[in-house]
Amino acid sequence: MTQGILIAVIVLGVIGAIFAVVLYFVAQKFKVVEDPLIDEVAEVLPGANCGGCGKAGCRAFAEACVAQGNLDGLRCAPGGDAVAAKVAELLGCVTEAGEPQVAVVRCRPCNIGDKRRSNYDGMQSCAFAHSLYTGEGGCAFGCLGCGDCVKACLFGAITMDPDRGTPVVDEEKCTACGACVKACPRSVIELRNKGRKNRRVWVGCINKEKGADARKTCANACIGCGKCEKVCPVEAVHVNGNVAYIDHTKCIACRKCEAECPVGAIVDANFPAPVNKEKPAAPAALKPAAPAQETPVAEQPSTNNQN
Amino acid sequence: MKLLNISGSPHVHSDESTKKIMWRVNLALIPMLLVAIAYFGLNALLISLVSVACCVLFQWLIEKFILKVPTTICDGSAVVTGLLLAFNVPATADMIWLVAIGALVAIAIGKMSFGGLGKNPFNPALVGRVFLLISFPVQMTTWPTVGKWFPMSFDTVAGATPLGLLKEGGAEALPQAWEMFVGHIGGSLGEVSALAILIGAIYLLCRKIISWHIPVSFIGTAFIFSGILWLVNPETFVDPLTTILTGGIMLGACFMATDMVTSPMSRSGQLIFGVGCGLLTIIIRNWGAYPEGVSFAILIMNAVTPLLNRWCKPVRFAN
Amino acid sequence: MKTFKMGGVHPEENKISSSAVIEQMPLPAQVVVLMNQHLGAPATPVVAKGDKVRVGQLIGEAQAFMCANVHSPVSGTVAKVDVCKDAFGFAKPAIYINVEGDDWVETVDRTPDIKRECNLEPQEIVAKLKEMGIVGLGGATFPAHIKYNVPEGKKAEYLIINAVECEPYLTSDHRVMMEHAEEICIGVSILRKALGVPNAYIGIENNKPEPIAVMTAMSKNFQGIIVEPLKVKYPQGAEKQLINAITGRKVPSGKLPIDVGCVVSNVGTAFAVYEAVQKNKPLIENILTVTGKKLPSQHNYQVRIGITYNDIIKHSIGELPENTGKVISGGPMMGKAVVNLDAPTTKGASSVLVMDESEARRAPETNCIRCGKCVNACPMGLEPYLFSSLVKNNRIEEAKIHNILDCIECGCCFFSCPANKPLTDEIRLGKNRVRAMMAAKK
Repeated sequence: MTQGILIAVIVLGVIGAIFAVVLYFVAQKFKVVEDPLIDEVAEVLPGANCGGCGKAGCRAFAEACVAQGNLDGLRCAPGGDAVAAKVAELLGCVTEAGEPQVAVVRCRPCNIGDKRRSNYDGMQSCAFAHSLYTGEGGCAFGCLGCGDCVKACLFGAITMDPDRGTPVVDEEKCTACGACVKACPRSVIELRNKGRKNRRVWVGCINKEKGADARKTCANACIGCGKCEKVCPVEAVHVNGNVAYIDHTKCIACRKCEAECPVGAIVDANFPAPVNKEKPAAPAALKPAAPAQETPVAEQPSTNNQN
Repeated sequence: MKLLNISGSPHVHSDESTKKIMWRVNLALIPMLLVAIAYFGLNALLISLVSVACCVLFQWLIEKFILKVPTTICDGSAVVTGLLLAFNVPATADMIWLVAIGALVAIAIGKMSFGGLGKNPFNPALVGRVFLLISFPVQMTTWPTVGKWFPMSFDTVAGATPLGLLKEGGAEALPQAWEMFVGHIGGSLGEVSALAILIGAIYLLCRKIISWHIPVSFIGTAFIFSGILWLVNPETFVDPLTTILTGGIMLGACFMATDMVTSPMSRSGQLIFGVGCGLLTIIIRNWGAYPEGVSFAILIMNAVTPLLNRWCKPVRFAN
Repeated sequence: MKTFKMGGVHPEENKISSSAVIEQMPLPAQVVVLMNQHLGAPATPVVAKGDKVRVGQLIGEAQAFMCANVHSPVSGTVAKVDVCKDAFGFAKPAIYINVEGDDWVETVDRTPDIKRECNLEPQEIVAKLKEMGIVGLGGATFPAHIKYNVPEGKKAEYLIINAVECEPYLTSDHRVMMEHAEEICIGVSILRKALGVPNAYIGIENNKPEPIAVMTAMSKNFQGIIVEPLKVKYPQGAEKQLINAITGRKVPSGKLPIDVGCVVSNVGTAFAVYEAVQKNKPLIENILTVTGKKLPSQHNYQVRIGITYNDIIKHSIGELPENTGKVISGGPMMGKAVVNLDAPTTKGASSVLVMDESEARRAPETNCIRCGKCVNACPMGLEPYLFSSLVKNNRIEEAKIHNILDCIECGCCFFSCPANKPLTDEIRLGKNRVRAMMAAKK
């Protein structure tokens, strides 16, 4: 009995010792010398591996930072300025504070209720639906509503609004990593500057069809009339290809364009609710020839705080 | 007018469904159940009923209260597990309650813990069976009396299976091959009649639910390997015909190893899978501690299945 | 009986319209002619608003390499040159023509006589195909003049005519063979001459005994035309599978049929070639099946291109049945679901298939049970189940290594899947992503 135990212990001990020696030599042979700075940089990164920086993950970003020696062209969106400052300190370089950004959805709901023109029965993927047809609402530019952005968001910041059929971004959770922008086959989502006090204005439509055609498809579509372009005091708004676009780096969030828009295609976020009282005259100045169209004023409360 | 539907092609479907497949497997198991009832009496019926009822119940409870997902008991897969588990235990009165424990292990650990049907790496019925075999070795190797048709009583007399006899060195007491084929031998519920197993297997083959690759390679390997051993030393080793007709080889090869979820997808992978099962069975039977090795052989090969799926690619059309 | 070696399925055939004789579809008040009715770049409009056009007049010119001419299918006035929403809702360049009478250009020979002699040289035949805007009518609408212009260093040995019609429901090829057998054989002879190959093989599945009999009898009068009955199996009409079935050769990954010495054309194309070369008639008409299990009547029509789906439905069955679930352009296995019935039909349209709600809806998806049916059904020897998980997890590089680009999108995997997983959809998405990845690398 004791002899058996003894033999087992000796045999296992010898085998263990042999493996230890082998492992030691193998480890020596295949040793990878790595800059310890990479570990330190990786340590201060958020570690979400979101890929928003364009690298394969946080470690790859750290490697790129260390290899480059500075932060030019490299930015960790989820980490923001705080992380950038820490990394810059480790690298011994300076970094400029970037403007905080947030994802915004540039499509307003149209395919609700009986406005749907077809019924999608295929795989739940926007990218695939985009290759098949224009969408349940018939718009070839707008949101398809299958939720590729929801699946792409690693931070749980995007949810689908079941009534509207379009995504909603939770700006507290959004880190502006850009995963949703890449996932959207129609570039409906865009990263825009958060703006002062988080107040921002953008065009909630990217339909490039001619005004009349666009309106046939969707009551909320931008018709490219150019009124917003004329009224903008800082030349931030431009109509290009039948659709207006507000340059978020120039926009001062005065909301003159929003009041001027005859179809309510321009939306805002985080402004105090009673905005329509400041400009009571604007809706009245609308073109009368816009039948069956809700005034933008009526729609504003519902779009407030919803990106 | 209704809204037009849109989806990618194809717009038609073969009408094949998981549910249909599972219920067809159940249908294929019925000949065995009838033989078992005819042969072992009410015990066999009770064991099968308890096993099936427990499997279905446990799956329902787990899906409803633990996983909180839509229940899928109607798809028939729990019934298949229940029947196969019942077919793998001896028809003694003890088993009527023991099989409930087996059902719990099979469904809870063997299947639902991995995420339900389609996700389990091991055949659930065999997980349950091996659990019972290891935990209750005495009950699991006590076999009811041999050689009486329609015994309508609950009394069981300890008999011996052909494999048990062999392990104890009583080769001369073996029944004839024909008797083994039609089912005049002792053993677990489902393994007594090779004929009933073949009827079920032929039905599944016709329905294209199983392919010939695994059963043929499994049984063929077992036959050839045991034949070689027998030719080398007929004193110690059993002849190949007896080998394949006794114990669980037929049942295992036709119904357990061919389980879609736990067997390889490509034809070449299935052949390797079957050969592996055959070799391991004979090795365990002849040199292992247990008289029967089919369950262990299949479970070991189940573990190899992901690798086989990786290695054995179908022949590409455009190489 | 010959067939291809690997995989394949056998869907319910449903050839319910096979006995309906080809009728002429009357002209509507306006037609819309799309400029990209073929694979490749759109044609350039050469008419303007207010121009008078005649039937067969060139209205869209092929300027790019991969392009085909478009001719006016009607006579009348050009209402506008604009965009038009195609059957899937996307805006495409198009010419709107208001129909006035039926006035053909003089060059077209409209006599009913069959013209058998063709004295053109191969180069002239190819030029004629280009001029007449002939494209492949099997579904891919590949411009014929490019296909029949065999590149330097390659040699065609086989001409294969695809009369398989392996898609369920479709019967347009069936009817063309029954009613225009001689014209088809002349067309095949012309194509044979263009390629300079000794023999042409017409592959027909043996669920069409009548066309086989008609074509076999007719082919006796022509030199070098062999009718090859094939065992019924989908997707026999896919180019690579048909080549495999008839010649036993296999087109390697990423190569074209011409690389193994084969050229494949549809039987409808052969008929169009006859009309173009012998009768000078451009491709302005095609044969279209209007069918569906729940429709009151089944039809085969000769339809001018540019007539909208709504016009076709109105003329053939009045209006869609109450619980119509899907309208498909093409067969049920590879056809596309149409959302915009105001869209015009194009050169490649082979059918309007109407399915009711119960037929059209997909059953809910369940867990994969790893049955391997998709692997066994795949005619290309691929592993659809694997692509499904790779694409879902965005492992695009691996999908490419496992030859996802070889997929011909025949739909056999989804068809046979007991778990109703949208495998074909997932593979298509994966292929798009692989292509995008490869384009980004360049």
